[in-house]
Amino acid sequence: MIDIAWSEFTPWTALAGGILIGLAAASFVLLNGRIAGISGILGGLLTPSSGDIGWRIAFMAGLIGAPLLWLLAADLPAINVEASYPALIVAGLLVGIGTRYGSGCTSGHGVCGLSRLSPRSLVATLSFMAAGFVTVFLIRHALGV
Amino acid sequence: MKFSIAAFLSGLIFGLGLILSGMANPEKVLGFLDLAGLWDPSLAFVMGGAILVGLVAFTIARKRTLSFLGFSMKLPASTHIDSRLVVGSLMFGIGWGIAGFCPGPGLVALGAGELKAAVFVSSMVAGMAVYEWIERKRSRA
Repeated sequence: MIDIAWSEFTPWTALAGGILIGLAAASFVLLNGRIAGISGILGGLLTPSSGDIGWRIAFMAGLIGAPLLWLLAADLPAINVEASYPALIVAGLLVGIGTRYGSGCTSGHGVCGLSRLSPRSLVATLSFMAAGFVTVFLIRHALGV
Repeated sequence: MKFSIAAFLSGLIFGLGLILSGMANPEKVLGFLDLAGLWDPSLAFVMGGAILVGLVAFTIARKRTLSFLGFSMKLPASTHIDSRLVVGSLMFGIGWGIAGFCPGPGLVALGAGELKAAVFVSSMVAGMAVYEWIERKRSRA
């Protein structure tokens, strides 16, 4: 039986934010002809070839700059990171290696891939979702950290 | 230049969406991944909203050979489901479950000046570098 955290549940901002993410992926494919896959765009900067760097940096600048634009209009929502520094280092390595090995993350496979109805992305998304659910279960309930 | 400006705007909108949706907050992401605790289903609505728009966009994109700015459409051609895809995605999911960050939200939280996000992103980039190093070694072998 699943207990819903009704006090945390924010369906409207979640839906509106999701639509914005969808619009970003839409503008990127319709204007630039590319998949808005964040791990791929960032990872490509590590094997730079000429003419393939500027737009990656521009996309990253937009993404990292978004909180600054937000701050012009409103306070930023809280960002609470429970994980310890050593845990964040391990997690970062896993996310870095895993997303490159699996050719995508939540954006490339999850948003764009599922929108393209790609079976490959469906398998990837089910895999990382399942691993995420199991990992949180192990950390919070089995190990009780 | 046109290509980079459009990329910048897409990144910016993407980031604003991550902030508004709550995905930039690892506490919220972990609340979604914690099925056995008090479950916060919000992130299903984020994916739902994004895919709703994405379905329309990619239906249009698939019929075109050039983008609306005149660039060639580069959609993934691979349909091969192999162990690389599954093992890589599982590794990613474990990291996601530990930190509550995936790549986009990590970068947005870094932009918000979050020190822990800076540590996560640095380690993630190091992980990507390790991947490139392994691939280069393997292609030489």
